[in-house]
Amino acid sequence: MTLLRPRSAPEALEAFEKNPGALPLAGGTDVMVLWNMGLLNGKSVVDLSRIGEWRGIKAGKDGVRVGSLVTHTELQRHPVIRREFPLLAQACALIGAIAIQNRGTIGGNIANASPAADTFPPLAVYEAVVHAASSRGRRALPFLDVFAGPKKTHLRPGELIEAVEIPYARPRPARAYFRKVGTRAAQALSKTVAAGLLWLSRDKTVAESRFALGSVAPTIRRARKAEDYLRGRKLTAESVGRAMELVGAEIAPIDDVRSTAAYRFAVSKNLFKEFLTCRPR
Amino acid sequence: MNLTVNGKKRSFGGAPFKRLIDVLREDFRLTGTKEGCGEGECGACTVLLDGEPVNSCLIPVAQAEGRRVETIESLASSQKLGVLQEAFLKRGGAQCGICTPGMVMTAEYWRRTGGSSEPGAVRNVLAGNLCRCTGYQHIVDSVIEALQRKGKGKREKFE
Repeated sequence: MTLLRPRSAPEALEAFEKNPGALPLAGGTDVMVLWNMGLLNGKSVVDLSRIGEWRGIKAGKDGVRVGSLVTHTELQRHPVIRREFPLLAQACALIGAIAIQNRGTIGGNIANASPAADTFPPLAVYEAVVHAASSRGRRALPFLDVFAGPKKTHLRPGELIEAVEIPYARPRPARAYFRKVGTRAAQALSKTVAAGLLWLSRDKTVAESRFALGSVAPTIRRARKAEDYLRGRKLTAESVGRAMELVGAEIAPIDDVRSTAAYRFAVSKNLFKEFLTCRPR
Repeated sequence: MNLTVNGKKRSFGGAPFKRLIDVLREDFRLTGTKEGCGEGECGACTVLLDGEPVNSCLIPVAQAEGRRVETIESLASSQKLGVLQEAFLKRGGAQCGICTPGMVMTAEYWRRTGGSSEPGAVRNVLAGNLCRCTGYQHIVDSVIEALQRKGKGKREKFE
């Protein structure tokens, strides 16, 4: 196994230009598990941890720019993230436990593309934009467009995530919802994980709703049909019931070691109901 | 490459992808840090990196270059145990002992940063440290005992 240790972003992009098959290493919470299982023998690994440009959280006028090497602990502690993106702060506090949160990074979490990643529902409802760079240039991808399947992204060979931009939710949503359902309260992979934002009009009809679910499809899903259905409607037993059915039609959960498809269908609908009917926070 | 381990400058000339836990145990002969699962689930290998708890089985030593590592060996002298270790002894927080160094290092981070001694907060910070013997209650009691002693000075003897 060969380890490359670039000291800057241009050096890192050059290293990937020369070794497009190399594996990027950030916090190591997933990569090191592969190494410990002997799956990285003979591979090239590029350690990104010395790239200063990809660290730090910058709060701007319209949103924040989070460097790809920012850890889950740094996100949780940052006052602007806590105030503007509470769902992301909550998700970061439930990823593994503190030792994992201290190492795992937002860029690594996205690049790893686990269908069960806990930061994904918040990033999906806040409509984050992922900035990727390669030696040939840069491009911005809407968050949902990053993912191609379980553990697969649409990032091109030699392309690395340099930052995630998250726009402030304006006007402020009336309701913000996050819930992770796992076997244990902490240090457990999600059976289902959900985030939602809700805006109401003066006449109490839904102005906009955004709801995203993880661990119930090959990639993170927004409940677009349910969101469209609810626009302009009041939240009644009937409209909520119909929207729950639409959520069920948009997901494709499977039976696996952590849960069953039937359980995930039921829980996904119930999480959506809880989001729509819980007391506003 | 150079790193600081338990306050001493150490250098390591082996493979840069060797895991921190293996460098600590095999090269520096600090065998207090234990390996449980080797995949970041159990927390047995927890050490402090620049004061923050991390799983030493998930860190290639290259990523610890120039940084400060603290292991369980740093908490006691040959004469005297640290406040957490005393509390674990008094409250029966250790049984087989494999999880104990990791538990104590996570608790040490919590103690040092002024963490709450509320049982819920203690359980939350220890969530990534698994124990298969104690059922956790004695561990939580031990950590609370140590946290409540913080105002009375580290050197005070336990009755």
